[in-house]
Amino acid sequence: MSRAPRVYGLMAEFRSPQELVDATEKAHAAGYRRMDAYAPFPIEAAWEALGHHKSRVPLLVLIGGIIGALAGYGLQYWVAAVAYPLNIGGRPYNSWPAFIPVTFEMTVLVAGAFAVLGMLALNGLPMPHHPVFNVERFALASRDRYFLCIEARDRKFDPVVTRNFLKSLGPTEISEVES
Amino acid sequence: MTDPHATPERPALISPGYTSGTVTDKISEVVLKKTPRWWYAGFAVAFLLVMMLLYAIAYLFAKGVGIWGVNIPVGWGWDITNFVWWIGIGHAGTLISAILLLLRQHWRNSINRFAEAMTLFAVGCAGLYPLLHLGRPWVFYWLFPYPSTMGVWPQFRSPLVWDVFAVSTYATISFLFWFVGLIPDLATLRDRTKNPAARIIYGMLAMGWRGSARHWHNYDSAYLMLAGLATPLVVSVHSVVSFDFASGVLPGWHSTVFPPYFVAGAIYSGFAMVLTLAIPLRALFGLQDFITARHLQNMAKVMLATGLIVAYGYMIEFFLAWYGDDPYEVYMVANRALGPYAFQFWALIACNILAPQFLWIKRARSSPAFLFVIAIIVNIGMWLERFVIIVTSLHRDFLPSSWGMYHGTIWDVATFVGTLGLFAALMFLFIRFLPMISIFEMRTMLPEAKVEEEPK
Repeated sequence: MSRAPRVYGLMAEFRSPQELVDATEKAHAAGYRRMDAYAPFPIEAAWEALGHHKSRVPLLVLIGGIIGALAGYGLQYWVAAVAYPLNIGGRPYNSWPAFIPVTFEMTVLVAGAFAVLGMLALNGLPMPHHPVFNVERFALASRDRYFLCIEARDRKFDPVVTRNFLKSLGPTEISEVES
Repeated sequence: MTDPHATPERPALISPGYTSGTVTDKISEVVLKKTPRWWYAGFAVAFLLVMMLLYAIAYLFAKGVGIWGVNIPVGWGWDITNFVWWIGIGHAGTLISAILLLLRQHWRNSINRFAEAMTLFAVGCAGLYPLLHLGRPWVFYWLFPYPSTMGVWPQFRSPLVWDVFAVSTYATISFLFWFVGLIPDLATLRDRTKNPAARIIYGMLAMGWRGSARHWHNYDSAYLMLAGLATPLVVSVHSVVSFDFASGVLPGWHSTVFPPYFVAGAIYSGFAMVLTLAIPLRALFGLQDFITARHLQNMAKVMLATGLIVAYGYMIEFFLAWYGDDPYEVYMVANRALGPYAFQFWALIACNILAPQFLWIKRARSSPAFLFVIAIIVNIGMWLERFVIIVTSLHRDFLPSSWGMYHGTIWDVATFVGTLGLFAALMFLFIRFLPMISIFEMRTMLPEAKVEEEPK
């Protein structure tokens, strides 16, 4: 087995978010699918240019909220009516109005945890290392540079053709990303 | 074409001339360059106060709550006053980060990070008090529902149990919100630090954030979701705190105006604390370009508005005592204004109602030094408000034979000043090791961040 570095993809560097979005749109139009756009702040247009639309985070939050609400109310019902029933001023054991605040707090707690953990899971984080970090200039992706990386596993990827294509987009620099 | 990010007439939220690169450098350099000398001095003072707090707590554990001024009938004193005060301060952080985000108030972007940190540390300080005042703090976990060998469970019809859930949920969600906001900035620090140990630590905390479009997309969605969840949460927390009082039958506590009045008071005191922190911070680190006069003015306006709601709350208390014609309520109001705690009462009126009226004047709102003084006065006023609400209702209730007086002791003072030190120490550590302004949110406000939607 050769230990020569395998190629993860080709990365083009741009100066502005507008250039990144335009380049991403062109790459998508040229048929590239396995690629990602990197920027120092959220650019909704870049995500759309990649051909995606929805995030699954809201669904996870809804599921978390429902779990939290059921667990919160269920706990109180079980404690107050089954495990440790106490007569408080003649109120019913299942005195639901008094159980609303804790149910609400549990809903928010579990939904919030689902939002954060769900976001991390959908992003594949934590991931201590990733091939894109092998490009030295990629450190600027968290400052003021914008990168488009077309991955080698894309069906249309070809080291020469793709490089020429990226060149045609007018980047400031093109780097090979070692995997 | 005009720049859609700059509002006409009003000054810009970031001074002109900044780019994504310079914004990043300016904010991250506070963390990455050498520690300024005043930082050591400030941290040393805060650290000494933390030591005093630990001493006060150790003595409390050894001797019991008798070292405080609490007695029968006044079982809640400085401890619960401090609890309500601290937790109220936290509310402004959540309001700024969540509610103003949902309302698309872009000016929040330069103050939300340290306001969230303030929330977190204030809630931490607040959380100490209910535990310390338990009498047997080492069994605090009895508050939580867990299958104990005693076979007993918490009483879920009690607001005190709601409080446990509200405050612990609030602390957790505040932490998550703050941490999620930090992730992209931690990645920036990871990429910019020259110190290998710092790179590893920031790198682990950033969890491999790459800023890819997929990351940002899920991130934005999760951030908005958290904001949506935190918005009702923040309203619920101080409402539940107010239920601790409102569901008691004491005159002066048993009132339906308490939840909204407490929430407004919380935001009021919280904005006062944000100003208390922001004004020195921007001067010390030269961040006037990011935390501009407009930011201070906006915060002053929020303070004035919430201050007026609080004034309305006081008015309603007096009105309902008169209108309800309940002799105990009438006496409570008279006792507040003319009784042994009249000084504290009139001081709070002066601090909370009179002092902020200066904020109607534009020149007063434009002077950072003047705003700082007003903010300090409001902080004091809000502490007095909680003290007056708690103590005046407890010390003279229905039976004159059980009346009493309450005075805080040196240990009450030491514990309170100690938590001020704890809060300051945590703030000092925060501004030293983490970016106090959200870098990535500042980048989005720059003119260069604008992307034209192209018709396909």
